[in-house]
Amino acid sequence: MPPDTLDFEAPIAVLLREIEDLSKLPSTPERDRAIEDLRTRVESIRIDLYAHLRPWQRVLVARHPARPTVLDYVSHLFADFIEIAGDRRFADDRAIIAGLATYKGEPVLVVGHHKGGGDTAQKIQRNFGYARPEGYRKALRAMKLAEKFGRSVVVFVDTPAAYPGVESEERGIAEAIAYNLREMAALTVPIVVVVHGEGGSGGALGIAVGDRILMHEHAVYSVIPPEGCAAILWRNAERKVEAAEALKLTAPDLLRLGLIDEIVPEPPGGAHADGAAAAALLDEPLERALRDIGALDPDTRAERRYQKFRQMGSVGITGE
Amino acid sequence: MAWFKKTRQPIKADRASRMPEGLWVKCPGCSRVLYKKDLGGTLNVCPRCAHHFRIPATERLGTLLDHGRWTEHFAGLASTDPLQFVDTKPYRDRLAAARQATGLEDAVIIATGRLDGTDVVMAAMEYGFIGGSMGIVVGEKLTRAAELALEQRHPFIVVSCSGGARMMEGALSLMQMAKVSAALARLDRAGVPFISILTDPTTGGVTASFAMLGDLNIAEPRALIGFAGPRVIEQTIRQKLPEGFQRSEFLLERGMLDLIVDRREMKSTLALALRFMGAGAARRPAGNPAAPPPLPH
Repeated sequence: MPPDTLDFEAPIAVLLREIEDLSKLPSTPERDRAIEDLRTRVESIRIDLYAHLRPWQRVLVARHPARPTVLDYVSHLFADFIEIAGDRRFADDRAIIAGLATYKGEPVLVVGHHKGGGDTAQKIQRNFGYARPEGYRKALRAMKLAEKFGRSVVVFVDTPAAYPGVESEERGIAEAIAYNLREMAALTVPIVVVVHGEGGSGGALGIAVGDRILMHEHAVYSVIPPEGCAAILWRNAERKVEAAEALKLTAPDLLRLGLIDEIVPEPPGGAHADGAAAAALLDEPLERALRDIGALDPDTRAERRYQKFRQMGSVGITGE
Repeated sequence: MAWFKKTRQPIKADRASRMPEGLWVKCPGCSRVLYKKDLGGTLNVCPRCAHHFRIPATERLGTLLDHGRWTEHFAGLASTDPLQFVDTKPYRDRLAAARQATGLEDAVIIATGRLDGTDVVMAAMEYGFIGGSMGIVVGEKLTRAAELALEQRHPFIVVSCSGGARMMEGALSLMQMAKVSAALARLDRAGVPFISILTDPTTGGVTASFAMLGDLNIAEPRALIGFAGPRVIEQTIRQKLPEGFQRSEFLLERGMLDLIVDRREMKSTLALALRFMGAGAARRPAGNPAAPPPLPH
């Protein structure tokens, strides 16, 4: 199978291999036409596949190594990016980045998880996007800078989970996330959250309290990874496909449950198929969100953010 | 004679710390056989080794609130199983069994009462209800409790005993972490006391939200407290964790807890803390809870 092709993309992989074989032949009008035909078929199969993704398939797409990272979105949509490092307490965590940037001429703060993309050395450096306490503390420190100078915050969410290791516990990963949840609720500047990859439970939410939550079409957002859920409830991690269905972790599910505000469409074949196109599709919803939220006075904004999270879960409660 | 002696201990099974039925009970801490009636007199703490047995939420409220009396709030709130979740059995069946076993609609009791004469709002989590897990009902009840405490300007005390967020309500459960924390932000800005009491076990999304946000974080001795479960961490690092990792004493040493208090001293300690905080709560104006003042920089 060609690299970066997912299991369920097998029908595409077959055609891609045919195209590859044909390209090795000398160029003739017939060969070129055959390749063109195959390409058209690949595109139409891809569109069809991605229109009917099952939840587990979306998990695979959301975790795709070529999925655009926060820095890809920054390079396509933002200007003048200056990364800032460190929590001023212990260390700089490369699994979460923060930086000053310009968006549509306005200074903004960008915060986001970074899994390291497709590059192994970078993945290791960024701990595969598993952030440690200092990452969450850096994120909040940066957001308090935005608060001080009255700048909007744009958050990009893409993490498997907060890092479940010894040093995380030693340095208070739970406290770091908890404190962020409380303090982000009380920030008065606009916060727009973009869940563009994997929304991995508390590790995602720890930087994802905001006024408007956008979520990419094939992104997932879950209380626990399907494998973990399957291991606990089914006592068998291989039941992850069923767990993914049961957890209701897709963007349409979250929209229906009132947990996100808007779904950001992705290019055919997913954001990883065309990063530039994915960024272009985010541009309008992001600009609109910042404009709408920015137009509110700070007190109204704080109250609405409170009520936004306040109503979450009401759909499933009965009685008094 | 063997050249090498086998020195490694067999891996011990996790100790069960729930109160078993019957007249007699063997202490998991010191293996002493204890008469259950005697344990009642020591608040279910082993008189010999101070092992703290896990206790139900009602008993917890009874030990902390004056004359063992309180008024329950929001008791009728119940989950409708919004995801229609089914694993090896339907979540609805698990809910029904938990309701049957505990007599509660969900895993927390919200109470108002007095602690050493001070009016308080207190929440106690019930481990017997699906591992004390936090779903939408627990999140809603804790949020309402925090809002009640804010409105009445009474101290808010939460006794945690929970495995974390409830999987069977998916991302709805996850968001309760943010919801309760937002309510605590208002309490914080208004100068109303919030005390978190962490008991065995307090893990996952409960630790990573309200349980770590107390003006004081107080734990019972040797309680398991952490974010990731010990087994998940062992899988990550591919090693057995050292004895005492993620126990109260470990967290105190790492700076995450204010103090560790024996259950038999908990009420008197809380009374002293409330006396310290009470003056501050009374002095500050109520303000408009809808508009918290901006953060100091």
